[in-house]
Amino acid sequence: MTINQIQDEIIEEFALFDDWTDKYEYIIDIGKKLPPLSSEYKTEENKIKGCQSQVWLHAHMDGDKLLFEGDSDAVIVKGLIGLLIRVLSGQKPEDIAKATLYFIDKIGMSQHLAQTRSNGLASMVKQMKLYGIAFQAKQEVK
Amino acid sequence: MYKVFDVLEIRKDFPILNQTIHGKPLVYFDNAATTQKPQSVIQAISEYYQEFNANIHRGIHTLAEKATAEYEGTREMVRKFINASSTDEIIFTRGTTESINLVAATFGRQQVKAGDEVIITTMEHHSNIVPWQMLCEEKGATLKVIPINDAGEIILEEYEKLLSERTKLVAAVYVSNSLGTINPVKEIIDRAHAFGARVLIDGAQASAHLDINVQELNCDFYAFSSHKLYGPTGIGVLYGKRELLDSMPPYQGGGEMIKEVSFEKTTYNELPYKFEAGTPNIADTVAFKKALEYVNEISKPVAAEYEHELLTYATESLQEINGLRIVGTAKEKISIVSFVVEGVHHQDIGIILDTQGIAVRTGHHCTQPLMQRFGIPGTTRASFAMYNTKEEIDKLVKGLHRVVKMFR
Ligand SMILES: Cc1ncc(COP(=O)(O)O)c(C=O)c1O
Repeated sequence: MTINQIQDEIIEEFALFDDWTDKYEYIIDIGKKLPPLSSEYKTEENKIKGCQSQVWLHAHMDGDKLLFEGDSDAVIVKGLIGLLIRVLSGQKPEDIAKATLYFIDKIGMSQHLAQTRSNGLASMVKQMKLYGIAFQAKQEVK
Repeated sequence: MYKVFDVLEIRKDFPILNQTIHGKPLVYFDNAATTQKPQSVIQAISEYYQEFNANIHRGIHTLAEKATAEYEGTREMVRKFINASSTDEIIFTRGTTESINLVAATFGRQQVKAGDEVIITTMEHHSNIVPWQMLCEEKGATLKVIPINDAGEIILEEYEKLLSERTKLVAAVYVSNSLGTINPVKEIIDRAHAFGARVLIDGAQASAHLDINVQELNCDFYAFSSHKLYGPTGIGVLYGKRELLDSMPPYQGGGEMIKEVSFEKTTYNELPYKFEAGTPNIADTVAFKKALEYVNEISKPVAAEYEHELLTYATESLQEINGLRIVGTAKEKISIVSFVVEGVHHQDIGIILDTQGIAVRTGHHCTQPLMQRFGIPGTTRASFAMYNTKEEIDKLVKGLHRVVKMFR
């Protein structure tokens, strides 16, 4: 599936919820189920600076696909990371680099990208795209 | 006006409270960060711009005179509010943070030398830590920290041990924004004075809840912000004893703070204008007076008694939450409850409470060293003002039950 197909799928899933609590329960569930990042990747370099919760992101190539793993000590953020991974992990670096992540707004979670939340989600999105650009450049050099 | 304390009447004075968040009535429990503003304050700001906006002090026209009179009227009101002996001792700043920085940049630069010491407490807000760190670094002085016990109270015996002839300044918070602890500032001040040290009190949290009498406290400096006192943002106060303010160098240079300027030499204006360079925040200063009038009208002790009732009620009700631990259990507290819930990150608590319309603060509350002292990254903090109710606390408790169910 393409990035946008996955985004549309997520938007459809969220359309089923009419209550904020239901949405968050779903996200919490994703957060709880997201496999923890192994401790060797929970390094300072992989840490995304956020004010309130700690967020880690690890990226590596598998063939021509860029894979992401992530973690956080706060569950809702971890659930949102889970959604980002579902959308972006396993895609080509160039597609990640140019992706527009409209699903965050459509599912009503854009406030988590706002400055005030300081939960590092905006930095997380930025970092994922930066990885896309970096690995794309690396491939081109080869 | 308010013969008996009627919270429902008071709520009517705060238009912002009457709204829903995510479809639920707003429960505003973030009062330690900033309080909401009564209608009289909101109205005063627009009245100023609609009726008498003019630059103050230098004008001879009617509007300038009116604006100046209102602006200076607030200064007199502030003087009374903290019982300073003269309006010369009341300097307007942007807030507590700027007041503290002003003292560090003037008194601090002038008085603190290499080898000297500045003493603060473990529970200081970053704005009463960083300016002193910067000063100590610049001067080769040392910053000393008064330890606290597990309840979140200053250990006075340890404080005594830190004091010496090298102590130039003690900078202490009156009321902790993270714990609610009311510190024994009178003792802190008296003991510092015995060593010839000066004392700055951070009154950011205290001023809305406690009666402030700077002459009785005998503090040398007292800093606070209007916005935590039902007034506008962007305006605050530094009180300083006249003899100190007189001997201190100016803070910023510019208009208003001068007597005469030539390219060879400038002489400075009298107190308090010496420390107020440039056109000040006139509108908010004028409106600040309405906030102080409001607090006086309700009567601070009456409001404080009610807020204490809320504190007691919340402290008891929160015990029902499984795994909840209150951080900050001092004997003397204002209406702030900080807590951690086992197995649930404070950020998750804050997000879910927000979906219930409940506004709390989560994180380190700009007191990271204090959080380190308790070995926690942060807390969830509910802080109550006079317009909050027990029913709202019930909603918080209900919301927390829900949180626990969702995350465990
Ligand atoms: C104890 C304390 N000191 C200082 C400050 C800083 O006040 P302001 O941001 O108004 O300058 C605060 C505000 O959070 C506070 O609670």
